[in-house]
Amino acid sequence: MNADLRRERAAATFQPELLTHLLDGGAERTRRRKEIEALVFNDPDFQHEDLNFLSRSQRYEQAIRKSSLMVMKLREYGIADPEEIYWFKRTCLGSFPEPFGLHFSMFQKTLETQTTDAQKEKWLPLVHGVKIIGTYAQTEMGHGTHLRGLETTATYDPATQEFILNSPTVTSIKWWPGGLGKTSNHAIVLAQLYTQGQCKGLHAFIVPIRQLGTHEPLPGITVGDIGPKFGYDEMDNGYLKMDNFRIPRENMLMKYAQVEPDGTYVKPLSDKLTYGTMVFIRSLIVGDAARSLSRACTIAIRYSAVRHQSELKPGEPEPQILDYQTQQYKLFPLLATAYAFHFVGAYIKDTYRRINRDINEGDLSELPELHALTAGLKAFTSWTASAGIEECRMACGGHGYSRCSGIPDIYVTFTPSCTYEGENTVMMLQTARFLVKSYNQVTSGQRVTGMVSYLNDLSSQRIQPQHVAARTVTVINDPVSLVEAYKARAVRLVEAAAKNLQAELNHRKSKEDAWNRTSVDLVRASEAHCHYVIVKLFTAKLSEISNAAVCAVMTELCLLYALYGISKNTGDFLQAGILTDAQITQVNQRVKELLAIIRPNAVALVDSFDFHDVHLGSVLGRYDGNVYENMFEWAKKSPLNKTEVHESFHKHLKSMQAKL
Amino acid sequence: SVNPDLASERQTASFSVEKLTARLDGGAEHTRIRRAVVQAIECDPEFSRENQYFQSQNERYEAAVRKAVHLQKKMHEMGWTENGPEFKYIYRALSGDVAFLLHRIFMRSISVLGSDKQIAKWIPLATQYQLIGSYAQTELGHGTYLQGLETTAIFDITTQEFILNTPKISAMKWWPGDMGRSATHTVVFAQLYVHGKCYGVHPFIVQIRSLQDHSLCPGITAGDIGPKMNFEHVDNGYLMLQNVRVPRENMLNKFCEVQPDGTYIRRGSQKINYFTMTTVRISLISDEVIIPLMKACTIAIRYSVVRRQSKLKPGEQEAKILDYQTQQEKLLPQLAAAYAFHFINDYLQELFDKGYREIQRKNFDTLPELHAFSSGFKAMVTQYCTSAVEICLRACGGHGYSLLSGLPSLYTKILASCIYEGENTILLLQTARFLIKCFMTASTGQPVPPSVTYLAAMKPGKCPANNKLDFLSPDIYTEAYQHMAVRLISSTAAKLQGLIQSGVKKHEAWNQCTVQLAQAAKAHCHYITVKNFVETVEKLETTSGIQKIMKHLCDLFALHGIFSNAGVFLHDGYISGAQMDMATASYLGLLAVIRKDAVPLVDAFDFTDKSLNSALGSYDGQVYQRLYEWAQKSPTNKQMSPAYERYLKPLLHNTRSKI
Repeated sequence: MNADLRRERAAATFQPELLTHLLDGGAERTRRRKEIEALVFNDPDFQHEDLNFLSRSQRYEQAIRKSSLMVMKLREYGIADPEEIYWFKRTCLGSFPEPFGLHFSMFQKTLETQTTDAQKEKWLPLVHGVKIIGTYAQTEMGHGTHLRGLETTATYDPATQEFILNSPTVTSIKWWPGGLGKTSNHAIVLAQLYTQGQCKGLHAFIVPIRQLGTHEPLPGITVGDIGPKFGYDEMDNGYLKMDNFRIPRENMLMKYAQVEPDGTYVKPLSDKLTYGTMVFIRSLIVGDAARSLSRACTIAIRYSAVRHQSELKPGEPEPQILDYQTQQYKLFPLLATAYAFHFVGAYIKDTYRRINRDINEGDLSELPELHALTAGLKAFTSWTASAGIEECRMACGGHGYSRCSGIPDIYVTFTPSCTYEGENTVMMLQTARFLVKSYNQVTSGQRVTGMVSYLNDLSSQRIQPQHVAARTVTVINDPVSLVEAYKARAVRLVEAAAKNLQAELNHRKSKEDAWNRTSVDLVRASEAHCHYVIVKLFTAKLSEISNAAVCAVMTELCLLYALYGISKNTGDFLQAGILTDAQITQVNQRVKELLAIIRPNAVALVDSFDFHDVHLGSVLGRYDGNVYENMFEWAKKSPLNKTEVHESFHKHLKSMQAKL
Repeated sequence: SVNPDLASERQTASFSVEKLTARLDGGAEHTRIRRAVVQAIECDPEFSRENQYFQSQNERYEAAVRKAVHLQKKMHEMGWTENGPEFKYIYRALSGDVAFLLHRIFMRSISVLGSDKQIAKWIPLATQYQLIGSYAQTELGHGTYLQGLETTAIFDITTQEFILNTPKISAMKWWPGDMGRSATHTVVFAQLYVHGKCYGVHPFIVQIRSLQDHSLCPGITAGDIGPKMNFEHVDNGYLMLQNVRVPRENMLNKFCEVQPDGTYIRRGSQKINYFTMTTVRISLISDEVIIPLMKACTIAIRYSVVRRQSKLKPGEQEAKILDYQTQQEKLLPQLAAAYAFHFINDYLQELFDKGYREIQRKNFDTLPELHAFSSGFKAMVTQYCTSAVEICLRACGGHGYSLLSGLPSLYTKILASCIYEGENTILLLQTARFLIKCFMTASTGQPVPPSVTYLAAMKPGKCPANNKLDFLSPDIYTEAYQHMAVRLISSTAAKLQGLIQSGVKKHEAWNQCTVQLAQAAKAHCHYITVKNFVETVEKLETTSGIQKIMKHLCDLFALHGIFSNAGVFLHDGYISGAQMDMATASYLGLLAVIRKDAVPLVDAFDFTDKSLNSALGSYDGQVYQRLYEWAQKSPTNKQMSPAYERYLKPLLHNTRSKI
């Protein structure tokens, strides 16, 4: 092991394993996770060459190979628990997407939840046994966010009892669904249903797209890959165009809405339930944000302990770059953020599980708040993590830019989550809608519950946020006090947005127009709300940590997270009178002191994430720290190095030199 | 035909697009020449970039070499020369997608660091491409800190040669462009040893590949460093030297020489050389940073008027996404920044031209200021523009992530500029060192360089704005920026001094203040950029509507900075909470005003469709059709993937054969 890293590890003030257990949710879960990971590491079938040297087509092929293999191995090992499946897959794939991803998530889930018993009987065995491979085709070239605007049509023909599917315009071509281009032979297609001459809105249909046995596209179906993207090389995101393609009536998912053989349309009872899946998927993104940022931090911090550059003290050897204040200032707040997001991700997952039980018992009361919270947190965490991953890459200097650092892959794989499953700005505005609604409830004398209950203080005590702040003296060394400061900021920004909205409404006719003219304020309010929730959850987590050494270091990180957030948003805190100029100066100073305090534990704190080198896929972030020799080994495998003299010499260079 | 949603945007332009283009080019004659060059390059199929997004690293590299070779022919054919007015537009027309860029750096380093004799020997060979050069400075273990380079060059008096070695793995040269596969020669920077004494880093011309068959020379290990985030067309390379001998004459010896008996002599001033390195940072700002941002703005803004999503008013057609305030707030400040930086670049070019003339007259007084300018602005502009391009990418929804949008490759390319030619944090700290020094000098009443005289004129006081319209007054916001810059610089200087007086060692005190120092340097550059934008607007002609729209952009740029850095303006109460609300209201109000001219403002950048190379950003706005047709050309749609037969079929049929 590299001597610098060995020294860093020896100097840690806590045992990283204990922190790992905390992240995993107990020592037993850590043990089981490692057991499952070992199945992959010890299996020669999962060995593969570095994907960075393969073309896109080759990467796709490798991904299909691994996906197929995983299906078989999971059966063989009898792994069925969703989290255990996730551990297994993550270890097989690194962070890369799998072309079957949507088969197991959206395709299967939709068929499980939106079909009649007869449909379940027909389709689920095929899906579970992977006799068919499916995907979920919703987004079109012209529409993503605004689902009601989708243009694909499904027109019922009572004469043959079939739906006729059409893509009437270029913009209506289905575009982006993962696994659609080359892998899937079925798709759940969302289309505007027409029956008896009337449009009944969006409905889901099971559409076969490729011939079983030959895998050729069926007549009337045009399907293909949408071409190269920013990352996601493994995934055949696809397009789908349908021309008078007929499917039997039974292929419409009919648990809720139905079309009877004569074309009579039967309305669904409630559409609230579709919230559930969205909440679930968005909560996964929060966890993913935490993990992606943790991986980038692990790489950047280990490398910064190995890399020496320049001089701090004249005449002394070059210091580790992690000793520079600017480097610590780039990386440690991100490390704290990664921990914060871990705890938030775990919280949402638990809450979802709890609420899901209630839903199954018919209690939907908490769903709107959870829906609003996950929308905002999905946006907040994915934006922050994306920017953070880039910051980690930049902190690795030139070598961070090489694919061998692994950070470019983490970035391109993670960053689309700012857009998919709900574009972030749109998500923030959904949260804002809930906040404004809650605010209006409070001002009309009702009480609100849950994470927005801080709004109750506004009306019950009939005071302005400035007064709230003046009453409370913020203690910058106390996380609980900082939670109050964040709360005061959220109150002030929610109120400001709500008032601005009201002012616009007072002199405009259109509600939508007023909303649009306030949307920048509304996004800010949502951000402040989410930020408060995160600081609150991180602080709450501290009391659950029994080991004193771990608790001490987590408290430092929690403080850093909260104080750094203030120092980056001083305007909000100053303007609302929550903190004074002098306190802001103290906050800035305290942030820098905390950097120095955290510095000795930095490597141990990333070790605690317990990523195997295979998960990191990085030469710079190797556990053993032997960076330079392995960069050289890695580079030798570059496709340009296949022959000592590149063919372009014979093709171009030679002739140029001869001619001139 | 042009998409009607885009055509309607052009009918309502408040200014003459053609005149603004001419202003950006520096005159209508320049516009004419630029268009002629772009036209000549783009109509030649050899230079096509249409397939670029589908190509592998290998194919990209080969295409870049082929284009570089073809370019020589083209230049000859067109009568373009390196000193002609067309030359600077060639690179732009090619979008940089060409090999041998380091060849030029190789030549420049010889011209600057070599003796007349060396220039006479090497430059003609390089000009005629009898050899291909590279420039090998950075090593695996060292980039920023040049004194730390580990490659050695030991003078062997008996054979009159230098023996070059890579003593350990971290000393391997790493990253130099054109070196992995193409170069036959390179300038190697190595620690010079004579009679066992180290004289520091010096440049040596080293041949690395045979001029006959291109095989590696004895003692040389060289190759490509592997895939990167972008620059697939460049063979960034590694180089390991094992007892490689070069004649004594191969050390570039304009300033330093080792004589036959081993005597080391130094001569002349290296300051001109130092100046040349400084100018490189400025020269990259236009082509590598501002133009990519202008392209990204063009793509994102045109797409945002073609894309319709959701309804703003019930019963109406879905709205153009540029009509959403949040979309305007993402894109229009980036557009304003593109203009702000275009003008600051003009200012810097002029400043450096003037500096160059002074230096030729052996007046080196302006050097520290120019150095501070080049470091600070390189850092600020590259960082700002990199985030701006990323914002443009994200503002295009899902389609932004398709390589066919053009945005991912603009982003991955521009972000390298934050690192090369000086890592940004290090550069900001260099500027900060200059600012602190000037601040100290100014506070003792001594004269300081013109760009920092404001440090001496610090007035306390408060922002005088009374209503939101006041924030559209350049005096008000320029003053606010100035106040903020002075405050950050002076408070950092005070902290630094305080630490030193309390007994903290100087270097330790410096390290403890670096976060603030970097912030102060950025504030200085931000202030100068705002001030320069204001001054530029004042000088613009008042006819043809250009001044008016530029004034709006200038206001937006300034207010966006206040809005996004509210804390530093509020901190000492210079701007009050109520004033901040006014500034915000003015800022948001401007978005709706500039919205109307958004498309004409990007049209004025005058990029051809071929140079944008984007399905989303083309002039005619036929976005979806183009995206659909282009995607079908993807190799993944042409070749039958073996994945089905090999893996999917056995899986679907549950026959566990060999997967």
